[in-house]
Amino acid sequence: MSHTPTALPAAANANDSGSYLFYRHRLVIRVTHWIGVISMAILLMSGLQIFNAHPALYFGAISDFEHPALLITTQEKDGHTIGVTKIGSVTFNTTGLLGLSAGGTDSHAFPSWSVLPSNQDLGGGRRWHFFFAWLLVLNGLAYLAYSLWTRHVQRDLIPTRAQLRTIGASIREHARLNFAHGEEARHYNVLQRLTYVLMLFIVIPLLILAGLTMSPGLDAAFPNLADLFGGRQTARTVHFICAFLVLGFVIVHVAMVVLSGTWNNMRSMITGWYAIQKEAVRHDDPHRS
Amino acid sequence: MTIHIDRRRLIAGAAASLVGVTLGGRAAMASSWWDALGSAEALTRTAQRGLLAGAKLAPEFPESSLSPTFRANGSTDPREAAYKKLVQGHFADWRLEVGGLVDTPLRLSLNDLRALPSRTQITRHDCVEGWSCIGKWSGVPLGEVLKRAGLKSSAKFIVFYCADAFEQTLDGSGQYYESVDLVDAFHPQTLLAYDMNNAALTVPHGAPLRLRVERQLGYKMAKYLMKIEAVTGFEKIGGGNGGFWEDRGYQWYGGI
Repeated sequence: MSHTPTALPAAANANDSGSYLFYRHRLVIRVTHWIGVISMAILLMSGLQIFNAHPALYFGAISDFEHPALLITTQEKDGHTIGVTKIGSVTFNTTGLLGLSAGGTDSHAFPSWSVLPSNQDLGGGRRWHFFFAWLLVLNGLAYLAYSLWTRHVQRDLIPTRAQLRTIGASIREHARLNFAHGEEARHYNVLQRLTYVLMLFIVIPLLILAGLTMSPGLDAAFPNLADLFGGRQTARTVHFICAFLVLGFVIVHVAMVVLSGTWNNMRSMITGWYAIQKEAVRHDDPHRS
Repeated sequence: MTIHIDRRRLIAGAAASLVGVTLGGRAAMASSWWDALGSAEALTRTAQRGLLAGAKLAPEFPESSLSPTFRANGSTDPREAAYKKLVQGHFADWRLEVGGLVDTPLRLSLNDLRALPSRTQITRHDCVEGWSCIGKWSGVPLGEVLKRAGLKSSAKFIVFYCADAFEQTLDGSGQYYESVDLVDAFHPQTLLAYDMNNAALTVPHGAPLRLRVERQLGYKMAKYLMKIEAVTGFEKIGGGNGGFWEDRGYQWYGGI
């Protein structure tokens, strides 16, 4: 119990190599983070499985089968079959990834390596999806309650006014893969904060709400739910778009973890402890003061 | 060593318990990981039944929002000789059997059904695959038929037997069937529908009679109805899971 954090994470374990460990992530944050990772991965893969049962998206209350907003299918071209993705009236050849993959042996919209279970199994996909949807929601509520109560959201995630003024500089530094060093690394920068707030309070809640709107039971319980989105099929499309926004976030997030110190970041999200270099403030960056 | 419990740890414990007890508890009691995953269905059903208390109605739509083409799914042209014969005779010889745990078993013709109180509703049909169509349905509320047959107190579920085998098998296990509990059976929008979009049901849509359970997904709404049976449980019927698709891994509760 020696790691019990105080209101402000404490510095500890100074060593002679010029760095010290500081307690960055509390236990609840770490546990809910990894439950979230597992849930999201399974929800994405089982969601693609469900999508494969009817690989088309629409806007409005109903499906206008003749005019989907998005359609992933196969078509004949020059005497052989290709995989295509149609967005509105524009058709892209996506053979190898969408519509037709695995050397022409997999004609599902999303390839079998990306879906759960890996064979065509709508019922199985739904089983995985709804179990982990419940887990994601309960885990998310636990995370939110905890981080509002401990003021993690207010203190660490909401960007400060001063930070918002430096947004331009922050973008330039990220573009040069120039990450925070020393004491500065104890706090999330403005781009991190904006991204986390966008995901936690806008994209993921919208994703969940759009998912709930697809339930005929909940549409009866809350008759205006579907109207909020402009119809159930629009909600399904929003659900799909938000899922890919989360996937995009995850890709960038993992890239940032790797570029700014894979092991230090991983240790801090597993054990809580993050190494800070005791610098000698670096003067190699004129934008940093 | 002193035991130090602070506010955050207390909340952490409460939060972990919330997640743990609701899902973990159910999952731990299941006999396999497959059942463990399926345990979320009970949570969904309980939550939705709570939210739907008071027989909340599925949204109804104006005539102008009818789908230009309503997709037919599942069987769309049953091959069974007995059914073909009924089609040829314009269903004059068709009878709906109502039996099982009832006081008065019934055999009803289409004219008998049309003489009973009717309801018309324009609703959205949501297929488990993800698409939706809006259609207009007329029929007898299932509750009206069940009232006339008189349910015994041991009846807990209503099972629907269909004329079509959606999967051709030697042992008959491919025969389509479905079931609902009494909450949905007596819901005012639960119909035995004989008309669709102001005309008699066509074969692709389940002629002469299909079920409408508007707060659940399409696979619950059995077509080509032949027999209705009131039962205590459906463990001994078909594959024991309450329906054709349920025997193939779908959730019995199709409200999500």
